[in-house]
Amino acid sequence: MTMGWLSPEEWDAVRLSLSVSLRAVAVSLVPAVFIAWLLVRGRFPGRVLLDALVHLPLVVPPVVVGWGLLMLFGVRGPIGAPLLEWFGVRLVFTSEAAALATAVMSFPLIVRAVRLGIEAVDPGLEATARTLGAGRFDTFLTVTLPLMSPGILAGAVVAFAAGLGEFGAVITFASNIPGETQTLPLAIYTATQTPGGDAIAARLAGISFALALAGLLLAELIARRMHRLLGRG
Amino acid sequence: MLSLSLSHRFADGGFALDVAFEAPGAGVTALFGPSGCGKTTILSAVAGLMRPASGRIGRGGEVLFDSSSGIFVPPERRRCGVVFQEARLFPHLSVAANLRYGLSRAPTGAEGPGLEEVVDLLGIAALLARRPGRLSGGERQRVALGRALLSRPRLLLMDEPLAALDLARKAEVLPFLARLRARAGLPILYVTHALDEVDALADTLVLLEAGRVLAAGPVEALAARTDLPLAARRDAGVLIGCVVGAHDARRGLTRLDFAGGSFLVPLRAEAPGSVGRVRVRARDVAVAIAPPAGLSVQNILPATLAEIVAGPSPHEAFLRLAVGPTTLLSRVTRDSVQRLGLRPGQALWAVVKAVGFGFGGATG
Repeated sequence: MTMGWLSPEEWDAVRLSLSVSLRAVAVSLVPAVFIAWLLVRGRFPGRVLLDALVHLPLVVPPVVVGWGLLMLFGVRGPIGAPLLEWFGVRLVFTSEAAALATAVMSFPLIVRAVRLGIEAVDPGLEATARTLGAGRFDTFLTVTLPLMSPGILAGAVVAFAAGLGEFGAVITFASNIPGETQTLPLAIYTATQTPGGDAIAARLAGISFALALAGLLLAELIARRMHRLLGRG
Repeated sequence: MLSLSLSHRFADGGFALDVAFEAPGAGVTALFGPSGCGKTTILSAVAGLMRPASGRIGRGGEVLFDSSSGIFVPPERRRCGVVFQEARLFPHLSVAANLRYGLSRAPTGAEGPGLEEVVDLLGIAALLARRPGRLSGGERQRVALGRALLSRPRLLLMDEPLAALDLARKAEVLPFLARLRARAGLPILYVTHALDEVDALADTLVLLEAGRVLAAGPVEALAARTDLPLAARRDAGVLIGCVVGAHDARRGLTRLDFAGGSFLVPLRAEAPGSVGRVRVRARDVAVAIAPPAGLSVQNILPATLAEIVAGPSPHEAFLRLAVGPTTLLSRVTRDSVQRLGLRPGQALWAVVKAVGFGFGGATG
């Protein structure tokens, strides 16, 4: 397969995919860490329900998630209408919408990875920090967070790699606008629907493949480094 | 002074804890008992790492926990330094950062040893830049001890700090604990199921079994009692405080003086004047009704038979022997008592086959 030079439109799709996925991870990382922490260490009624809700995007068809977002954030939706009225923000059909849809879809992936990271932290170390004079939040920041950081990083990288390929939710909520919401998978889809677009589709598919692979390798590399840094062999 | 009364029932297994005791405001109080007797639970309750169903924990004039008034001081404000069995060093921090973790969080104005002093005391200067993962078990335990000390605690809690170590590592850490004990001021609550650690470190003993306190008091007093499960152990016997009297390098002997007499033991390294404690096991003490002759045993002491009490089995008895103001226990068969016609008040010779000195033990 030859890579050749990309047209400006194709470059746009690559850049947009990277930017959308990065923003999606940035938006969902902090809430995901908080939710994962609640799910592992929290003792409250409704924990099982929260767990199910978080995992919903994994099992619900992406188109349905996109439709749900459209209903909520559309210009006449319960969130979209006030946003437009009070802040003049119109989300639908923008790259922010693509990022939001991607964030919702990849949220369970991050939560799962962070959760594994927290479960690897010995509660005995947290208890020890408390006896040494650290309060709950202090303990979380200085002991729990550094020790779960491999999980956070792994979650972020996997979510980023998966986010590059989000299709159904993005096309439903943000539509397929070249240069604005047409990410890599959308561009590939468009190319396959265009007569003579096979070469373009192949090039973009190759890039998709390479980016995803690079992401996963990077995740593995970071995980190993972190484990060594944390003294777990 | 730590005063504690707790009751707690664990949902799983139905294990019930119901204890009350007081620990003096200085010295080492050992919580001693078989595993599963509730020692560690008591320690966790004092540290604030678990909340008992009911009870009260007070230290000096301050209340750490009181179920009746709903007081529960969180662990970070109890100022209890804890040393756990598995060291629990923070793996992502260097040894130096581990040591400073508690130090930087100690209340301003809290008195205590500085970093250099503690590093010196524990001999860990060479380890400061290392990660906990690269330390041996003994080194880890010393760093954990230093970290707890540097948090400027008002009470040091130790949960079987030597149990995870092999004999050589144990011998490496124990002197540091003894040195720490010698520095007055910091009371220590020490959980263990090893009698040699009690002998080497404890001033006060709290004897636990199945979630209850069997007896509590000075170690020497409890060791001389024959009605406690301690007496059924192979190493049952009295603990005698003594001073290193003199060394005789030519004969390879050291004289240990105690109230009422002295023991000769193989040459010790301790300087004359050092204070220590020996354990004289009841099964290592025999008696003779006439002055024995031709024995290899070094220590033959004139004694008076004070009392004959029930032994660990129906066929055995304990003899309580008075050597001056000091009491020795001897474990003999019922048959020997009959055969020799032993009766209280009788003058005897106590033949002491072995004297355990502090840690490790020596024979004489």
